[in-house]
Formats: sequence, C-alpha cells, structure tokens
Amino acid sequence: MFADFPFLSILTLLPLVGAAVVAFIPRSKAQLAKLVALGWSLVVLVLSVFMWAAFTIDGDRFQFRESYTWIPAWGANFTFAADGIALVMLMLIAILFPVVILASWNDVDQSTRSAPAYFALLLSFEFTMIGVFAAADVFLFYVFFEIMLIPMYFIIGSFGSGQKQYAAVKFFLYSLVGGLFMLASVIGLWVLGGHTFDFTELAKSTAAIDQNTARWLFLGFFVAFAIKAPFFPFHTWLPDSGGAAPAGAAALLVGVMDKVGTFGILRYCLSLFPEASRWFAPTAMILAVIGIIYAALLAVGQNDLKRLVSYTSIAHFGFIGIGIFAFTTQAGTGAVLYMVNHGLATGLLFIVVGMFVARRGSSLVSDFGGAGKLVPVLAGVLFFAGLASLALPGTAPFVSEFLVLIGTFSTNKGYAVVATIGIVLAAAYVLWMIQRTTQGTLNPALAELPAMSKDITLREKAVVAPLIVLLLVLGFYPKPVIDVINPAVQATMQDVGAKDPVPTVEAGGKVGG
Amino acid sequence: MEPLKLPPIDYAALLPMLILFGAACAGVLLEVLVPRRARNIAQLSLSLLAIVAALVAVIMERGTRTITIGGAVAVDGPTLFLQGSILVLGGVSMLLIGERSIERGGVFVSQAAVTVGSQKDMKQAGGQPGATEVYPLATFALGGMLLFVAANDLLTMFVALEVFSLPLYLLCALARRRRLLSQEAALKYFLLGSYASAFFLFGVAFIYGFAGGIQLSVVHDAVANPQRSQVLLYVGLGMVAIGLLFKAALAPFHVWTPDVYQGAPTPVTAFMAACTKVAAFGALLRVLYVAFEGVRWDFQPVLGSIAVLTMFTGAILAVTQTDLKRLLAYSSIANAGYLMVGVLALNDEGLSSTMFYLVAYGFSVLAAFAIISLVRDSDGEATHLSRWAGIGRKSPLLAGVFTLILLAFAGIPLTSGFTSKFAVFGAAFEGGQTWLVIFGVVTSMLLAFPYLRVVVLMWLSEPGESTPAVSIPGFLTSAVLALGLLVTVGLGVAPAPLIELTREAAQFVR
Repeated sequence: MFADFPFLSILTLLPLVGAAVVAFIPRSKAQLAKLVALGWSLVVLVLSVFMWAAFTIDGDRFQFRESYTWIPAWGANFTFAADGIALVMLMLIAILFPVVILASWNDVDQSTRSAPAYFALLLSFEFTMIGVFAAADVFLFYVFFEIMLIPMYFIIGSFGSGQKQYAAVKFFLYSLVGGLFMLASVIGLWVLGGHTFDFTELAKSTAAIDQNTARWLFLGFFVAFAIKAPFFPFHTWLPDSGGAAPAGAAALLVGVMDKVGTFGILRYCLSLFPEASRWFAPTAMILAVIGIIYAALLAVGQNDLKRLVSYTSIAHFGFIGIGIFAFTTQAGTGAVLYMVNHGLATGLLFIVVGMFVARRGSSLVSDFGGAGKLVPVLAGVLFFAGLASLALPGTAPFVSEFLVLIGTFSTNKGYAVVATIGIVLAAAYVLWMIQRTTQGTLNPALAELPAMSKDITLREKAVVAPLIVLLLVLGFYPKPVIDVINPAVQATMQDVGAKDPVPTVEAGGKVGG
Repeated sequence: MEPLKLPPIDYAALLPMLILFGAACAGVLLEVLVPRRARNIAQLSLSLLAIVAALVAVIMERGTRTITIGGAVAVDGPTLFLQGSILVLGGVSMLLIGERSIERGGVFVSQAAVTVGSQKDMKQAGGQPGATEVYPLATFALGGMLLFVAANDLLTMFVALEVFSLPLYLLCALARRRRLLSQEAALKYFLLGSYASAFFLFGVAFIYGFAGGIQLSVVHDAVANPQRSQVLLYVGLGMVAIGLLFKAALAPFHVWTPDVYQGAPTPVTAFMAACTKVAAFGALLRVLYVAFEGVRWDFQPVLGSIAVLTMFTGAILAVTQTDLKRLLAYSSIANAGYLMVGVLALNDEGLSSTMFYLVAYGFSVLAAFAIISLVRDSDGEATHLSRWAGIGRKSPLLAGVFTLILLAFAGIPLTSGFTSKFAVFGAAFEGGQTWLVIFGVVTSMLLAFPYLRVVVLMWLSEPGESTPAVSIPGFLTSAVLALGLLVTVGLGVAPAPLIELTREAAQFVR
C-alpha cells in the first residue's frame, strides 16, 4: 500500500511550504497564522501515519528511496531513504510538532515580536528536522545538519527569555564548530570514498580507507554528533539554550534536535567507520557514563526548572550513548527506543514546566512551592511527566532504559553497574523538584497571582493528552516500535562487526543471559 | 638585418579588451563634449554598453584557445571564464557607481576644494550629478583587469597591472564625505601598490635572467630544464609573487586592505573587493600553473604557510573590528586565504574551484557593500557596528538580505559560501593539502563569530536612538542587491551549471 508514493520528499518539503505561507500572514491576523501552522503540522502527521503503515517490517533496510540529481560534478543527489530508526524518529517529529505548536499558542502574544514569524520558524525547523532524518546522501545530510541551526537560533534569540542572546550565540557557535569538523571529514570521506555521497555506496567503499585516516574521519563526525547530542564534555550549551528557549521550542530542542547527534552516530559513525567505532567505543562509554552521573548531580542542584530539565536530558543521553557503544542488538534497540521515549517524556516535561512558567512568570524552583494546592491537575501532569522521565515501570522510558542496561551488562558489566547509579539520582532530582514546586506549604506569593488559580485549560489538556497516552501505551506494549527498530539496529550492528553474546547453557540446563 | 615583422594578431580574441579600452577613451571625450546635465546618464550608458558588448564578445569567443600577438596574450578557458566574471561583476559594480538617488550628487566628490554640506556644495550637488570621470576610470581599470588575466608574458602582465591599478588609486581618493580618510587611503594604496609593482618588476628581471625570456612558456621550459643558477629563479619567483599577493591581499601583504576598504567610496570598495580579487587570483593562477608548475614542491609549503597566516590574520582581526567596512575588509582577507587554498591544490579541481569561488564571493561581497551604502544618517554612511543595533526591526527586508549574505560568508549550506568553500577544500584535499583544509576549517569557526555578532546586533538587540534610517534603495542599487542575493542563493542551491562551466574552462594553454 502506497509503497511507491514519494513520502520522504513530500514530507520534507511540506513544512517548508507551510512556513512560507505562515510567514506571509500579516501580524494582525495572528490567530489565522496559528491555525494554519497547526493544520499544516497535522497534515504532516497524517502523511507520516500513512508512511508508517506503508513501511514493511521484513522489507529492505532502506525503504521509500527517492533520488534526484543535484550536483552531478560532485556526485551529490537529493537522495531520501528511511530505515526503521529514521522512521521512528520521523514519527516522533510528526507527533511532537503539532503538540508543541498547540502548546506555544499564547507564548508570543505578550511580547513585541511577531506571532506569524514564530510559527513560521517552528515549521521551517520541522522542515530541517525531517530533512536531516530522511536524507540518505551525506552531502544532503550535512546541508540539513547545518541549516537546522538557523531557525532554532532565531527562535531562541528572538523569542526566548533571560540570557537569550548569549544562549543563541553559544548554541550556534557550538553547533557550527562541530559542523565544521564534520565538514572536514565529509570532504575527506568524499575524496577517499570515490567521489560519491550516497550512503550505501560509501558504506561499501569506506573499508578501503586506511585505518589511521578512517579514525580521524570518524572523530570529525563524532565530535559534531557529540556536540549535538550533547555528550559530556561538549554539553555546556544545552542548559543555556534549554533555559533560554521558549518551553515549546526547548521541548523540540531536546526532544528532536539532540537526537540528530545519536542518530548520526548510529547511522554514519558506526556504519561508515566500523573499525574506528570499535576503537573508540571504550572512550565513548566512559564519556557517556560520566555524562550520566555528572549531569544527574548537576540536575539535583539546579534551581531553574528549564535548566534542570536540560540537565536531566544530558544524563539520559548518556544512557543512549552506552546503549549505542555497547554493540549489542539489545542495547542498540534500547538506545533507539530511548530516543523516542525520551522525546515524548522530556518533551512532555518541558511543555508542562512551560505551563507552570507561563503562569508564574518565573522558572525558578524557589518561586514555587505548594503549587499543587492551586492547580492540582496540572501538578498531577507534572508528577506523571517526572515519573516517566525517571523511567518508572509502566511508562515507556522504563522499557528502553531496561533494554539499554541489560544489553550493556552482557558486554560491559562495569559500565552498566555504574550507570545504574544514574537511575537513583534520577529519582532524586525529579522527586525533589516536584516536592519543592508542587508539594509542601503554599508559597504566599503564588496565591496572589491570578494566573496561578487557573488549572489546566482545555487547550493544555489537548496538548498533554496525546503524550501521556503514548507514554502509557508504549510502556505496556512497545512491540510495534521495537519491531520497526530491531532490523535496522541489527543491520547497523552487522556493519560495525559486533556479534551478540551467545546465550550459554548452564549446568542446570537452564538458559541464562 | 631582417625587417621587423608584425606578429599575427587575432583581433577577435582581443575584442573584449579593445572594446573596453575604446569605450574608456570615448568616455574621456564625452567628458568634454557632452553638457554637464546629460553627462552622468551618457557616461553610465556608455560604460554599461561597453561592458555588455565586451561580454558578448567573450561569449562569442568561448571556444577560442589561442596565443596571440607574439605570445603576449593567451586566450584560453580560464582567460575567457575570468574575463566573463570580471565583466559581469564589473557591470554590477558599475550600477553601484552609477547610483545617484541615495545621496544628492552621488558619493563621489565633484570638486575637492568645496566643503561638504556647505551651501555651495549643496548647490553644486543639486545641479551637477557628481564626478562623471569615475566611469572612464572604472572602464580603464576593467580593461586592465581583462588583460591581466590574459597576459601570457610577465611584462604584459606588469603593464596590465599598472593599467588597472592607477585608475583604482584615483578612484579611492574620490569619496565625497570623509575626504581625509579617503585621500589617506588612496595615498597608502598608491605607495604600497607602487612598492609591490616594483617588486614585481624586479622579480621579472630575475626571471628573465634565469630563463632568458619572459613568456610563461619559456619560463616553464627553463624551470623544467634549468640552464642557469636556480637562485635567480627563486628570488624572481618570490618577488613576482609578492607583487601578486599584494593585489590579492594575502598576509603579510594585506595591511593596506582595511584602510583602503574603509576610506574608499563604498561602490569603489565593492568594485575592488569583487573585480580586483578575480583579476589578482586569475594572474596568480596563470603564473603558478603555467610558468612555475615545475617547482611546485618548493613554493607549495611557502605559499601554503602564507595562506594559513592569511586565514588566521583575517579571521582573528575580523573578530575585533567595530566598523563594518573594516570587518568586511578582514573577511575579504580571510577569503583570499581560502582562495589560496584552492590555488595550491595545483590540479584541475583547484583551478575550477578557485574560479567558482571568485564568482560566488564576488556577488556576495557586492551585495554586502550595496547594503552598507544604504544605511546612513546625515553624516553619510553609518558603518560603526553599534549603529546597526536593532536594524532588523526597522527594516526587516534589508536586514534579512544582509543576514543571508553574512550566512553565506560564514559558509552555511544552501548559500554560495558553502558550495565554494566545499569546492576549494575538496580540491585541496585531493591535491594532498590536508593541512590547509584543516586550517581552513578551523579559521572558518573563528570567522563565524564576527558575522554572527552582526546578525545578533541586527535582530536580537533593541533599536537604539542612534540607529540610522535606511535609505530607500534606488533602482540601480536594488538591481545589485537582487542580483547579489539571487546568485548567492542560486549558487548555493543549484551550483551544478557553474561548476560544469568552470570545469570545462579549467585548462590553460601554454
């Protein structure tokens, strides 16, 4: 069904057209601009659902392949193709954008900035996000990897709060520096890989590159992705950006954009440079484990809600990191599933935090206190989002975290054990944050604010409902997603030359892990 | 003794240069014959017409690969491509030079002794639309540049160098406002330029001593099969290179650039940044690829170090600038470094990518200076960075265009800045110059910061009281902006046709 439909190119271009349309709506008709933006993102969602239905699980690794000539002299083409990993990420994007657009409905109304511009930027950001996951041509991927900075830069810089200029510039420069390292590697890969950018052809030809050069090329890619993800020690831009960006945009920043880093490692580092990946894996594991513990400790100490969530996100990316570099199918599948679930859980957490911040006019934990007495339902949603974020069994993140840990344990016991401390710390920072904001005695300053007496609105219910439902459904029945991810991860692990540990038969005849 | 015989001359191949020099001479006559009131439009039309005619001649000759007038001029792929680029960029800068609607009387001084803004000045400015001798001067310069990239012997190259440099020295001094700055710039440019020319000529003498001839092919043969001391060759090559590197503004021969770019009238700055760069690199390519290819292992590391030094100088000093014209000057120095990376690839890719870069950069830089000429207050252009705060709120269209140009300079994909950088870095990697690619990438990171700072100022800062008004661009400036933007985005999104063209052209005749 629909297998020949050019899903990926249309999905990529659709938001760009939408952004152009919204940008031309005059400022006085802000309501119209919002409706058009929401409608447009819903069309993208519907199309993505059709694409999901058209994906054959036992089919080729890359499906929906399309290729159009671009720069023949360089061998660069507009090639789109999606494997299972890209497909679930595209689905996550398609779900998160309408939710965020609805969540950001009134964000710009009080400021002097133009609302149509904000929603046009969100849609153009969706364009770059879909493009980066749909591209199967390294040149095209690089183009999307770089231009995604521009809409996010203006979203943070123009529509953010606090130290927004500083955060926007820091965000842009960090990412650009990573991108330029990658550019050097892309050029090297292109010259040594036979003047082609096609991913499948490159994956075949990179074996001929000599070991030392391949390691350098790998590092160029890895640094770019490690900054994007971000992994320790390249993470310092994220708390600033996450703290300054509007809550909805921050949800996209950590929910979707940072996944480009981990996705890039899986797709490009592992498949193109298998030997270098194995060589670097121990270092990557150490960085990831440090990231888990260090970011979690910093999160415990945060007084700013948005920065706190950003730090939790860095800790979670540590888990994804060990999942990827453990080189087992189980851990890899867990890592990809983690990418999806983290997008949902942290996205929800950021959006709910945004609802609190919008009411209170401050994102400091100390400015809240006992808020649950004023807005019980909203506080309940925050509690749920927090529990999902700390991977409580029954919520989706539990499945992925568990998969990552047991998958890692089978090959790297030490790292898995240390990483488990991160789970304990996660409980600490989430629960302590919830206790200080919504529980305890009511902060008198809070009660005086008329906005704080208004519990969750219908629009806000519509925003959080799909995410809560998805988190619960995937918590109890993650099979549909795992089925899509698993073949792609297996193919990646094959590329990297990793063999899953064979189950051993113990003396008692029982099969053990 | 045999009677002196005239060498065969291929007039068709020389036609573009003949047209321009003829038009420039006619322009001098027009200055005498045409009444003042009609002079501006007459001169502008004449020079534009000449440029279009020369461009047509270049296109008609596109298949020509020949050496003519006794080996003095080579018309080949690179010549024709570079001549075409110089003509197109020159035509666009001529539109900027011809702009008279932004400021009454234009940006050029009509009589140096009249105080700016005085009653007499106003009267004069209202009646006489500026100095019209700039058109023949610019046309002469263009003609010289066409010859410069076609010169096949070192003396012709020197003559061409002088032909296009002298009008530029003059043009730099003609700013109507901030005249002292402008005259200082012109003097500085003239003095340093003269030294550079002297070095060049001295170098030619050494090379003549080494090779026994000044034709590039003779030098090539002598390099391959040296008969005399190599010291002559190295000293000669070094001195010729100094002359060329000066024009191309490579460190450490770049010190004139910021002062001249700042002091010269903005249209002239744009003209120099776009066209002089093409001409200088065109000649550099020819000299290195045709004459001295045999000693590439000797000059590659030296010129490579110069490229690295240039990139770092341009990038680091651009960070500290507070004046936009100076910032763009340092950015153009850094870009000269990137161009040098392409040149040093010393393969066909290097040649074609450098030519691609020259065109792409030329259009972006023209648009950038066109924008600078629009942001002004009662004292003329407001080029101090602080004055641009919040300009995005006041005139989003202009700030949007400028942002795009700056992103192109920073090398963000989907702009010509990215494709051209990719092309030169790719060529250099292929040519075994990985170290240059790495330094190029590192300096690109540094250089992104000053551009980004301007973007931040324009969009994210609140407009202050001193944020100047933005002039409504006249028709000519609008045309320049539109063209610059179109090419910057066009070469970013669909660079394939121009890449093909540069590849077809990338073969020197010897």
